Amino acid sequence: MARADPVPAFPSKRVRAFVTPEGVDLRLVVAEASERASAFLLDAVIIVVGLVVFTIVSLVAAFAVGVERPGAEFIFSVLLLVFFVVRYGWFVFWELRPRAATPGKRITGLRVAARDGGRLTADAVFVRNAMRELEVFLPLTLLVMPATGVDALTRLFALIWIGVFVFFPLFNRDRLRVGDLVAGTWVVRAPRRRLLPDLAERPPPAYAAFAFTPEQAFAYGEQELHVLEEVLRGSDPKIRKAVARRIRAKIGWTPAPFEDDRAFLDAYYAALRGRLEGGLLLGRRKKNKFDLTGR
Amino acid sequence: MRALTLRSSRFRQEREADWRRLEALVGRVEAGSVNRLADAELLELPELYRAAMSSLSTARSISLDSALIDYLESLCTRAYFVVYGARAKPLQRMARFFAVDWPAAVRGLWRETAFAAILLAAGIATAMVLVGRDPDWFFSFVPRELAGGRDPGATTAFLRATLYDPPESAEGLGVFATFLFTHNAQVAITAFSLGFAFGLPTALIVAYNGATMGAFIALFASRGLGFEAVGWLMIHGVTELFAVTLAAASGFRIGWSLAFPGADTRLESVRRAGREAALVMGGVVLMLMIAGVLEGFGRQLITSDLARYVIAAASLVLWCAYFYLPRGVRGAR
Repeated sequence: MARADPVPAFPSKRVRAFVTPEGVDLRLVVAEASERASAFLLDAVIIVVGLVVFTIVSLVAAFAVGVERPGAEFIFSVLLLVFFVVRYGWFVFWELRPRAATPGKRITGLRVAARDGGRLTADAVFVRNAMRELEVFLPLTLLVMPATGVDALTRLFALIWIGVFVFFPLFNRDRLRVGDLVAGTWVVRAPRRRLLPDLAERPPPAYAAFAFTPEQAFAYGEQELHVLEEVLRGSDPKIRKAVARRIRAKIGWTPAPFEDDRAFLDAYYAALRGRLEGGLLLGRRKKNKFDLTGR
Repeated sequence: MRALTLRSSRFRQEREADWRRLEALVGRVEAGSVNRLADAELLELPELYRAAMSSLSTARSISLDSALIDYLESLCTRAYFVVYGARAKPLQRMARFFAVDWPAAVRGLWRETAFAAILLAAGIATAMVLVGRDPDWFFSFVPRELAGGRDPGATTAFLRATLYDPPESAEGLGVFATFLFTHNAQVAITAFSLGFAFGLPTALIVAYNGATMGAFIALFASRGLGFEAVGWLMIHGVTELFAVTLAAASGFRIGWSLAFPGADTRLESVRRAGREAALVMGGVVLMLMIAGVLEGFGRQLITSDLARYVIAAASLVLWCAYFYLPRGVRGAR
């Protein structure tokens, strides 16, 4: 990894190089099996609840019209069709939209993408969802199937065989399910992030009291800088206090009376980042406090 | 004291407005309003996207603000998918599908289709021979619920009645047609997805489907109703069986590409097969819808043998012509 990411929000072995035609690596993060399972469960809950409500409404409507009347027949046809369309269409419909994500995936911050970096085609979306038949509905059918006429051994074999498809994502690096494999797609993280304020950008008076020597400003590396950034973006004064004490001890800083921890940390963050970024311009990366590059 | 504003902060200040502009545009496209972007905005989008991309690579090399880099990565990823996302208009896409893509994909599957058709025919023939020799075989091929009393124990008069009698009222037909469509579509999609298991379960489904039909035909033939029964089955059966055969053929293609990837990697080979198969399957669902209507309405309301055979033959000729007749105009790929 070129970028020293000391506090990865995700394990870096899930990061995949994904170079756009502009030659920039987007470093996509492949979704974990657990995230995908929860996205699917969310969708399943939405679908089931929706269908149950729709069924109840239809039945009430049918009885209101009178079960023997043509109107009721129409309602039943619609009901059957809706079941079918929702079962196969829900995922296809949402994944064909620009965000390429079902509501479940949106909530979990995932999206579908073509593995080769090209367009996510309608065909790919269709085929990855047709395969769900094999991965979800068939196992479900098998589980609720009455055991009559089938001996336990046959059932066991059937379960093992089906299990291969159900648990397929756990056995490959990219967490592809069978549908992804056939469609040439994968599911990646695509969280929406807001642009947070720049911590090094403070009104000048805040820094006036803090003049760090070059040695002091160079006591730490990128790893510690990122931890400090997290601390500053957090809102826990206790942690800030503890961190400020550690840094003062490390760099030998004598605090002025009534020195504000927040102001001290802000100033030190700006100084440290300025120093480290200065090194970056010269091609020197100081990974952490033990790294002596650029001394 | 160093310069109060860091280089990376200045970098950010200078470009932040553009990033936010891009974020707003991308957000609107993601919300599904791509058509509501003005022309100027559509032109602006790729420019802003490229600028953001270059910001990202610069930020990675000069900035240690991890929040900034995370934001740019997320923004660029979203913008990437918008800029390189599908742009085809749904209607154009549909027109192309029916005019070019679908028939071409079906033609490309002719070997698998032939194989599936042979399996189907073998299923029919086997069941006919077996049931013809010994009617006890009937229940090996036809589940009791499906038979609905049409079994070797039924009287000839009853069997004849099932072929011609209109149902008590025509009102249930809509539900019936819908049910048949959804049921058959499910079978077809299952046959297709099982192709991934090297095609074996798909072969079983096709052969079993054929056997069920063969058993019915044999039963009716033993009472001298063979010709009539075939008409009864084929009015919709041509379309339905064609669709199931195509679904199975797509499944075989996937299973085959998985087992014998040739020069490609297994993954690449399956992906390519999946793309073709998806095209075919999209159309198959439509065929089954037509078959469901023919079965639900046509079969119950049209009771003349001749008319049934005419419809069956016409649908066979039409489908074959549509799929396999050479096209004058080659669609640009």
